Amino acid sequence: MDTWESRMMYQEHILDLYKHPHNTGRLKGATHSHRGHNPLCGDDISIELIVDGEKRVKDVKFHGNGCALCIASASLITDAVKGKHIDTVLRLKKDDVLGMMKIPVSHVRLKCVLLPLEAVQKTIINSRGISSTE
Amino acid sequence: MKLTNDRAAELKEDFPIFRRKIHNQPLCYLDNAASTQKPQAVINAIKDFYEHSYANIHRGVYQLSQEATEQYEDAHDAVGKLIGAGENEIAFTRNATEAINLLSHTIKPLVEGSTILLTEMEHHANLVPWQQLAKKEGMKLSFIRMREDFTLDYGDAEQKLADDCAILSVSHISNALGTINDVKRLVGLAKKNGALAIVDAAQSAPHGAINVKEIGCDFMAFSGHKMLGPTGIGALYGRHELLEQMEPFQTGGDMISSVTYESAQWNDVPQKFEAGTPHIAGGIGLAKAAEYLQNIGPESISAWEKELLKHTLESISSALEKGDIRLFNPGHKHSAGILSLNLAGIHAHDLASLMDDMGICIRGGHHCAMPLMNKLGVAGTARASFYLYNTTDDADRFVAGLKKAKEMFN
Repeated sequence: MDTWESRMMYQEHILDLYKHPHNTGRLKGATHSHRGHNPLCGDDISIELIVDGEKRVKDVKFHGNGCALCIASASLITDAVKGKHIDTVLRLKKDDVLGMMKIPVSHVRLKCVLLPLEAVQKTIINSRGISSTE
Repeated sequence: MKLTNDRAAELKEDFPIFRRKIHNQPLCYLDNAASTQKPQAVINAIKDFYEHSYANIHRGVYQLSQEATEQYEDAHDAVGKLIGAGENEIAFTRNATEAINLLSHTIKPLVEGSTILLTEMEHHANLVPWQQLAKKEGMKLSFIRMREDFTLDYGDAEQKLADDCAILSVSHISNALGTINDVKRLVGLAKKNGALAIVDAAQSAPHGAINVKEIGCDFMAFSGHKMLGPTGIGALYGRHELLEQMEPFQTGGDMISSVTYESAQWNDVPQKFEAGTPHIAGGIGLAKAAEYLQNIGPESISAWEKELLKHTLESISSALEKGDIRLFNPGHKHSAGILSLNLAGIHAHDLASLMDDMGICIRGGHHCAMPLMNKLGVAGTARASFYLYNTTDDADRFVAGLKKAKEMFN
C-alpha cells in the first residue's frame, strides 16, 4: 500500500544525509577536483580528492548546493570512494549509486542522484586540474 | 456564470482524467500554467472527427474532404472569437512558440527602428526567437525592468519605447510569477512610438476575457494545450493588413496559389502561414475547447482563479512562518492564478517530488525563464497554477503539502 509513511524517495536515511551530509567542505592539497553542475535544476556540486602515490583516494570532500537526493548521493559516494583505487572508482555505475541510496528514484530525478558520481569520476578523467562541465 | 467551489467540482467531472488516482490519492492537478487537462467534449470532438469526417483538407472535391475543410476553417473563427479577432486574422501554428518564431522570421520588413523591447520576465519562447532575430539583423535587445514587487516598471517602459523601438513583445501574464502586465498601456505606448506590438498570451488567453481590438496589439500568440485543447496546435493573431503584407514563414504545399518550376505565388491569409497538411484534428479540438471556455465565461474563470490564489495566500500566511517561505508573486490584485514560491532549505524539485507523493502535481524548476531566475537569485521555484476545475480543496491540499514538507525537512 502506497501511503505517506511508506513514501518512496524521501525516506528518513535520505533526509538525514541531506540535513547532516558527510564529507563536506574543502580539501587542502587536493590533487583532483571537478565541478558538476546541472543548470536546468541548479544542482551544483564540487568534488575534491587527494589521490596518493598508489592511486588510492586518500581523502575526499564536496561542497555546493543541490536537492536532497543530490546531497544524499554526494554523501554516500564520497563515503564509498574513500580508500579505493581510482580504477575501482571509475568502474562505479548507476546501479551502484542506486544500491547505496536504497530508494527507488524516479526517471526525472536520476540526474540529481548521478551528478555526484559523474563529478567524482571526472576529477580522475580530467586529472589535469580544475575543470567544469555542465 | 460565476464559478464557485461547487461549480468547479462539477466541472471537474467533465474531465475524465480526474477519475484516476495518483499514489492512491485523488489527482490534485496544479500545473495548469504548463498544460491543462482535457474535457470529454474536446476528446470527443477529436475522436468524432477521426471516426466520421477525416480526410485531408482543401484540395479534395469529395464530400469527406469538404466536411473536413469546413470544420478546420470554422475552427479558426471559433478560436478567433475567443480573443475578439476579425475574419482571416487567425493562423494556426503548433503552439505559441511557433507563432512567435513565425513573427521573428517574417516581421523585419514591417518595422523601423533598431531595438526589440521585451521584459525581464519573459518565457524563453518570447526571448530566444528575438535573440536570434537581433543577431541576424544586427538589432538590439532591451528589457523593461521588473520592480521589486514583481510588477513592471512602466516609467522604464515609457523611456525604452521612445528609444528607437521597432518591436515590443511582452507577455500578458508571467508564467513564472503570475504578474498580469498592463498590455493595453504598453501597446498604447508602443503605437505612439511607431513600434509593432506583440502580446504573448500563452498564460492569458486560456484564463480570462481578452479582446485584441481593445488591447490594440498587432499580433498575439497562444497555445491550444494550455486552454483545454490538444497539444500541437496553437494560434497567431495578426491584424489582417499586416498578415497580408508579410512573407510566409514556411513554404510548400497548401500555402501557395500557383507554382511553376521557377517560382510560386502565395495563397490567401491564413493559408499562406499554414504550409503542409496542418494539425486538422488539433484545430477542431481547439475550437471545441474555445467553445467550452466561452460557455463558462472567460471573466468568471479569471475571477475564480484569483479567488483561489487569494485563498491560498491567506492559508499560507496562517500555516507557515514568514521566514520559512519566499513568495514570488505581486499579490492577488496584480496576479493571475499562479503562485511561485520557495520553502527555506528545500529545493524546488524536492518540494515537487514530495507533493507528487501526495497526489499533487506542481512544477519545480526555472519555468523556462532562466534569466528571470538569475535575477531573482534562485535556481528555480515551486509553482502551483490554477484552472477552472480547481477547488479550494485543491488549494488546501497544496498548503498542507507545504506544511508537511517543512516538517519533514526541518
